Amino acid sequence: MDYINGMIALIGINLLAVLGLSLLTGFTGLFSFGHAGFMAIGAYLTVWFSMKLGVNFYAALLLAALITGGVSLVIGRITLNLKGDYFIIATMGFAEAIRLILDNFQAFGGARGWPGITTHTNVVNVWLINLIGVVILVNIIWSRHGRNFKAIREEELASQIIGINVFRYKMISLMISAMYAAVSGGLFAHYMSFIQPKMFQIIKSTELTIMVIFGGMGSVSGSIIGAIILTALPQVLLSLDAWRYVIYGAAVIFIMIARPQGMMGGFELTPAQIKGKLAALKEKRTKKGVA
Amino acid sequence: MTTFLQQVINGLSIGSIYALMAVGYSLVYSIMNFSNFAHGGVIMIGSYIGFFAMTVAGVPFPAAFAAAALGAGLVAVVVEKAAYGPLRQRKAPFLYYIISAMGASMFLENIVLATIGPDFRTFPNVLGSKPFQLGELMIGRLDLAMFLISSVTLALLVYFIEKTKTGMAIRATSYSERASALMGVNTEKVIFIIFIIGGALAGIAGILFGMKYTVFPTMGNITMKAFIAAVFGGLGSLPGAVLGAVLLGIIETMTSAYLSSTWRDLIAFGLLIFILVVRPSGLMGKNNEDKA
Repeated sequence: MDYINGMIALIGINLLAVLGLSLLTGFTGLFSFGHAGFMAIGAYLTVWFSMKLGVNFYAALLLAALITGGVSLVIGRITLNLKGDYFIIATMGFAEAIRLILDNFQAFGGARGWPGITTHTNVVNVWLINLIGVVILVNIIWSRHGRNFKAIREEELASQIIGINVFRYKMISLMISAMYAAVSGGLFAHYMSFIQPKMFQIIKSTELTIMVIFGGMGSVSGSIIGAIILTALPQVLLSLDAWRYVIYGAAVIFIMIARPQGMMGGFELTPAQIKGKLAALKEKRTKKGVA
Repeated sequence: MTTFLQQVINGLSIGSIYALMAVGYSLVYSIMNFSNFAHGGVIMIGSYIGFFAMTVAGVPFPAAFAAAALGAGLVAVVVEKAAYGPLRQRKAPFLYYIISAMGASMFLENIVLATIGPDFRTFPNVLGSKPFQLGELMIGRLDLAMFLISSVTLALLVYFIEKTKTGMAIRATSYSERASALMGVNTEKVIFIIFIIGGALAGIAGILFGMKYTVFPTMGNITMKAFIAAVFGGLGSLPGAVLGAVLLGIIETMTSAYLSSTWRDLIAFGLLIFILVVRPSGLMGKNNEDKA
């Protein structure tokens, strides 16, 4: 039971970071291979606030998110003018730089890590925070601002021409996604009770992006499905040892080749839709019963 | 002054390995316009092939090199056919290539981890360890070999690209794939050739790197450095990749010698960010509207 609980919590922690990234990647069309860096900042700041300064856990999460959002604006200011490959490389460079700084920062334990963190994270608060995260994200996406993000994704130049401040919206998108990543990092730290810069390597960033793409770009429910499947998969295949990442790698290539639009392919699965489907099913059944 | 020159020598030797890796990266970028993140996996496989050729099969040093180059070239082509080929037919955006490359890198790294295991393995010392003395400067035998082998390989590559007909096809395709295809260049064949060449260079770099340090499944991560070198010199430009690699090697050894080795990687990534901000096209790259 503990094992299942742990897995559900871990899925929630990944999901939060993936939700943020979904806004940046799926809805704004910017690809980052550096969000583990924001997770790292969030994790270390949360731990610093809660363990060293004695701030309440939730307040610490919020503070860490705000500061990480600020950091992301600085990084965005520098990198958001770059395009395509170059933006990806830049985000990668920043994430690695953050990790290496933490590696050398002895006050936070350096490369050896920070042990003995009190566990505050559990299944309940992770999924409550995720629920809040989903509600906020969906509201952003369905607002006027959400349409602007999508417009930038589809046609940057045209968006600029019709008067959308492209750079500003990219900044906002990056900031929100960084804040989600920061909270995810904070939850992660207080779940593992030990953090180390090594946990936030490039591979972690790419894992998050892969989850978004696997689920389907431009679909919140897709991101949720992607995060659940791809976090659970290596855990379920635990007995296969190193082979499970061989399968994971092959699965990523397969998805890119066979279903590049991802699982959901830009479509949403909303509660209303599910209800409608169920109602339709019921109606069909009753009709059959009458006949 | 002696320390300084000594560091330049060390920097040149490590920089020459970076150059072999960076050129492979840049070659693929110049034709296909995406960063081939599976390159690290190919380097690692090449290193293992060389290692087993020398220890298990017991073949001489030059034959191990040939085996590593050939094997890595084949792996690179297989990756291309399996992970990129189908995307090319669909004309997929560059991001799909990058994700696919990430998947391929994960696949290669873990298949070695699952079959050969995570141990660090040391190459047999075939060159001897007595360094050459040049006044007060010491030149390690392996360092010299690294520099010479890399230089010869790169010189051959330059000759191939500049002087042969196939080389001309590569240059034309990198300039404009569509126009070259219309002029009768078989671009599929060009892509096949650049992956063979890039893979072979990766194999040679892998065996040299393995001899300098050790062989292990995650050694492919070193390509991050080669990648920085390629961006530094200008992605897609071969002379740029070599220049960037040599400069990066020297900067790294200087940092280790005069500052601290813990700062080495941070300086490398700092350099990457600095270049991207100040001059994204790199030292010798073409200025392209799309990049900045």
